[in-house]
Amino acid sequence: MAISGRVIKVSDNISTDHIIPGRYFHLRSDLEKLSEHALEDVVENFHEKAKGGVILVGGSNFGIGSSREHAPIVLKMSGVKAVVAKSFARIFFRNAINIGLPVIIVDTEKIFDGDDITIDLEKGVLREKRDSYQLKFPPLDIRIQSIIDEGGIVNYIKKHGDISFEM
Amino acid sequence: MVNRKRKGVRALAKTMVQKIFEMKTESDVSPGMMIIVPVDLVYVQDGTGPLSFRQFEKLEKDCLAFPENTAIFLDHAAPSPRKELSNDHVYLRSMSSKLGCKLYDVGQGVCHQIAIESLVRPCDIVVGADSHTCTGGALGAFATGMGSTDIAVSMGLGKNWFRVPESIFIKLTGKMAPYITGKDIIISVVKHFGSNGASYQALEFGGDIENIPIYDRLTVSNMAIECGAKVGIFPSDEITREFLEKNNRFEDFKELKPDLDAEYVDRLEFKLDEIEPMVSVPHYVHTARKAKNLKDIKLNQVFLGSCTNGRLEDLRMAAKILKGKSVAKGVRLIVVPASKKVYLDALKEGIIEILVNSGASVMAPGCGPCVGVHEGILGDNEVALATSNRNFHGRMGNPDSYIYLSSPLTAAASAITGYITDPREFEI
Repeated sequence: MAISGRVIKVSDNISTDHIIPGRYFHLRSDLEKLSEHALEDVVENFHEKAKGGVILVGGSNFGIGSSREHAPIVLKMSGVKAVVAKSFARIFFRNAINIGLPVIIVDTEKIFDGDDITIDLEKGVLREKRDSYQLKFPPLDIRIQSIIDEGGIVNYIKKHGDISFEM
Repeated sequence: MVNRKRKGVRALAKTMVQKIFEMKTESDVSPGMMIIVPVDLVYVQDGTGPLSFRQFEKLEKDCLAFPENTAIFLDHAAPSPRKELSNDHVYLRSMSSKLGCKLYDVGQGVCHQIAIESLVRPCDIVVGADSHTCTGGALGAFATGMGSTDIAVSMGLGKNWFRVPESIFIKLTGKMAPYITGKDIIISVVKHFGSNGASYQALEFGGDIENIPIYDRLTVSNMAIECGAKVGIFPSDEITREFLEKNNRFEDFKELKPDLDAEYVDRLEFKLDEIEPMVSVPHYVHTARKAKNLKDIKLNQVFLGSCTNGRLEDLRMAAKILKGKSVAKGVRLIVVPASKKVYLDALKEGIIEILVNSGASVMAPGCGPCVGVHEGILGDNEVALATSNRNFHGRMGNPDSYIYLSSPLTAAASAITGYITDPREFEI
């Protein structure tokens, strides 16, 4: 699966409180409305900028903090096609996989805001449109990739009836 | 890490994490393995629960795998400050009636506190839709936070997938000096690791743990996630047994300790007698300094409570400092007992009276202002000192405010002076 889009770059240690602040706690059952506030304390007009599809690029430890799955959900609903970071917080990483949002671990130093990039998930290659850089990353465990490919773990279980790691 | 075990041959020395997973899977387990494991306890709170149950409904299962081991806690917005949240509560109550799982309604307390008082057992696998589920590690459980969909899967199937984490051994040696608490230990540990230094790994605490009471262990385990750890686990020993028996749980004790030569990816030592009162400064937990070096920080609000430090011993410590004294002019002291049991015990001991007399507002058991929903949202440019576990940008409801984190002793001393204060300046 290849994903293309323009980069919105954010810093290290983006927390789930940054992605969806606690002051919008009451909107958690209204995901459309909640997503209008995604990352609003970090990137001005993020919701508008992300419309139509972008790739969100962070630094190290993206998604630290709360277990709120609403964080990857509002990113996906806002138009984020994939999140790329040097490293992820564990719960955010699992949540993103479970809702079918691709997460890629690669050194993001060379990637800048506004770059147009394409990511090949199977080959593990991220490249800038004019090939000014090409970054390699280890593809996800095939069992985990299959959850993303089904659009998340709910669809996966509905299709297979169970979770099983027997290959 | 290299898996040195040959197939079918059990390696002799095991970490606590390996021991728990092997008990559940009845097979050899080593770090890095992806395994499917049955869970002993699953829970949600009112912020993550609605999404968990909607995802559960999408799974099209007729019933929960183990309704008696599934619990809903209404604690983050309790009592509800808004109709949207009231409607979430209505939905969760209806799910509890329909599916037959446990419900802890408004006023019962924070999920993790009730869980350790009544539900979590040593050697259990516990998953909760809240990142501070790792609190249960203090009782020797493999307790970890997950997102709503993972919890929906665990509720529906009674199991989930885990990557067995590598373990880091943290040896706590010596004895804590007076005025030093579990909070000062864990802030020191998180400062050492940074916010992700233990990511995907398990912290296993050991050393002179007979010197660390259960309430301090609970604070330490609660904040293991703040350096990225999946779990922060203590051995289950006589102190654990005593705690369970005090809560009338005579059947629940099981011993757990690592083998002497267990393999760890790292071993660290923290000398308890060298730890000083610590404070996390905005906007991260790992950005921490000694309380005595932050004297110029003027406070508007002090919050005593949360799953980190809202237990009886925490309120008792604060009351020792606040007894007969008043909170500084211009400072609001908000106290939230972590559970109904804590509240009642604190009332009986006269602790609540001391706190109210000093100027505190005491709220119903629950999460209080920790996550910015209600009960003490900060104004623009205001500064808070909280005994909770996170001081992220905007955490307490206002991105234009500043949050510091400390122990209950430091919080109480600071409430009196109106500035961050080393509690050793006060007698206890």
